[in-house]
Amino acid sequence: MLLKKHHIVEKNVFVLVLGIFLTIIIGGIVEIVPLFTMEQTIEKVEGVRPYSPLEQAGRNIYLREGCYNCHSQQIRPFRDEVERYGHYSLAAESMYDHPFQWGSKRTGPDLARVGGKYSNDWHVAHMIDPRAVVPESIMPGYPFLAERNLNFDDAQAHLETLKMVGVPYTDEMIASAKADLYLQASEDAAWDDDFLARYPNAATGDFDGNPQKLTEMDALVAYLQVLGRMVDFTTYNPQMNLR
Amino acid sequence: MSQGSMAQAASPSVAVDYNMDVVRWGALATVFWGVIGFVVGDVIAWQLAFPALNFDNEFLNFGRLRPLHTSAVIFAFGGNALLATSFYVVQRTCRASLYGGKALPAFVFWGYQLFIVMAAIGYVTGVTQGREYAEPEWFVDIWLTIVWVCYLAVFVGTLLKRTEPHIYVANWFYLAFIVTIAMLHLGNNLAIPVSLFGTKSYSMFSGVQDALTQWWYGHNAVGFFLTAGFLGMMYYFIPKRAERPVYSYRLSIIHFWALIFLYIWAGPHHLHYTALPDWAQTLGMTFSIMLWMPSWGGMINGLMTLSGAWDKLRTDPVLRFMVAAVGFYGMSTFEGPVMSIKAVNGLSHYTDWTIGHVHSGALGWVAFVSFGAIYFLIPVLWNRERLYSMRLVAHHFWLGTIGIVLYITSMWVSGIMQGLMWRAYDELGFLQYSFIETVEAMHPYYIIRATGGLLFVLGSLLMVWNVYKTIKGDLRNEAPIGTPATVAAE
Repeated sequence: MLLKKHHIVEKNVFVLVLGIFLTIIIGGIVEIVPLFTMEQTIEKVEGVRPYSPLEQAGRNIYLREGCYNCHSQQIRPFRDEVERYGHYSLAAESMYDHPFQWGSKRTGPDLARVGGKYSNDWHVAHMIDPRAVVPESIMPGYPFLAERNLNFDDAQAHLETLKMVGVPYTDEMIASAKADLYLQASEDAAWDDDFLARYPNAATGDFDGNPQKLTEMDALVAYLQVLGRMVDFTTYNPQMNLR
Repeated sequence: MSQGSMAQAASPSVAVDYNMDVVRWGALATVFWGVIGFVVGDVIAWQLAFPALNFDNEFLNFGRLRPLHTSAVIFAFGGNALLATSFYVVQRTCRASLYGGKALPAFVFWGYQLFIVMAAIGYVTGVTQGREYAEPEWFVDIWLTIVWVCYLAVFVGTLLKRTEPHIYVANWFYLAFIVTIAMLHLGNNLAIPVSLFGTKSYSMFSGVQDALTQWWYGHNAVGFFLTAGFLGMMYYFIPKRAERPVYSYRLSIIHFWALIFLYIWAGPHHLHYTALPDWAQTLGMTFSIMLWMPSWGGMINGLMTLSGAWDKLRTDPVLRFMVAAVGFYGMSTFEGPVMSIKAVNGLSHYTDWTIGHVHSGALGWVAFVSFGAIYFLIPVLWNRERLYSMRLVAHHFWLGTIGIVLYITSMWVSGIMQGLMWRAYDELGFLQYSFIETVEAMHPYYIIRATGGLLFVLGSLLMVWNVYKTIKGDLRNEAPIGTPATVAAE
């Protein structure tokens, strides 16, 4: 009986440590490693692209303020969620999210497809004073975002790092990173074919109602406005991705 | 330095020069960080009820204080409780002083406090990886890795020095906790910094792989930090306090190996119905349900250790803390598998039910068993005859228990209610409630929850007072607990 032999483990530290290590490593190997190797893990979908520098800067502010503590970005395939938020989330839609921000709690609503749902002005007013637009809201106010200059002048270094971890930024994207940062928040971006080719579907223009400076609010709203907007679900066929 | 504590030890053999300094610091740090963590938790609970309490201030908003709360209670309060008790238990059960002399254990303790302070400053100033319970940035992670390797060295080194033939069961659990946390910490924090002189880094993984890595980490932070480590605590302090041997040696072997094997698989239940492949979700659910058995194995072994000593619960509020903790452990390790069933999870996920579940484990199990251990240790470590006041311990127990009950019942109601409101349809087939209506409905429960939290904080303040007076050497003149009032004391 194995139990009778347990004294060997109890008398030898190294056998115990080794036994523990072998016991705890199995589950992770079986569950996580195949996610990297199985092709079906992430669907083949048109439209998912790396974030523009301004969107990525906004995403970093989203992390910094801990938005993920109250907002999910993952719509489950339930009738009520699809009606409330839109098409259920695909793995491909967060394939360039370092880190993922699926969240675990909906103290506020899901944001996976919040892009384009509200105007820039609404977002700005809501961030400055959530209760000004939604009286029952319990969200904290973030008025300081509108006042503070965006500090992302090392956009190029950020994009290079993201490229190292697997986001397919091109050399052109990296070279124009800092210019794109300011361009996206200007009225010129809408006519800049190069920019729009690099970042299709990006929302452009002044986001925070203050064209004089590029603020953290500009970046955050630019990020929120692209959420869920990359994949065109009028042409998406889930049958193609049965897995 | 350890003469005092030796005097209490039952062992008649040669005196060992135990290193109790680091245990004393750890006990005080546990109390200190515990109160901070509880207070921040209650502050953010009130913020959810009254959002004006965020003050539109970046350093005080919920998004930054919530990670401060979770990390303060898990890693600062829980971590110091584990550090202190593991260093105490491993010395006593091995009959050997800590490996590494004075310096290495002291480095582990102070290095760990530095980790806590660096992490906390990061949270408040917005330096974060944005991964729940793994928020500290890359440089803090590297520092923790160094400290943790030293912790493992001290612990294993002490086990090697032991003069007892067997490694006592409590140490298996502590060891599993230390080894597994090392693996999880390294696996989940693989990131590349943008600059060696900056704080920001980007996770090596993205999307679905990042999600499962994170919850492999996150669930096992619960499984190994908050469960295995604290089971180690249970296996020493309950038999010691009840003066009874552990109920079943065989059960402890079986549930130890089963627990550490099964826990690792349970992570995907945090990702039900997401873009994580179904096979992984199903595996996670299956193992989560199986996990119920070894969890209850631990509960049974803890509770049954009281066989023949149940009467002590009437007179010893310290033991009451420990036993209630095991009760809460049993309850939340039953609730957990239920919530991991996909059909249940479809309702419970994203709601306050999860928050309530976590707190029945964190407040009921982790905090209560730690309080029991602290109340046990303080008089021993400072060589006092007894605690300043047992009555205060009893008051602490009831304040804490009522606080927990208010907390978890209000979260059950609000969580299930919100989950049902989200999926409610009217007779015309439209969604019945807008999201904000479901937020509004939470208001009364958020107040009840915050009130429960307040009671829990008040209880912990009684502990601070009791610990202070005990160390000072005062003894409160009070009647022993459980003496029937009608029988005159002699």
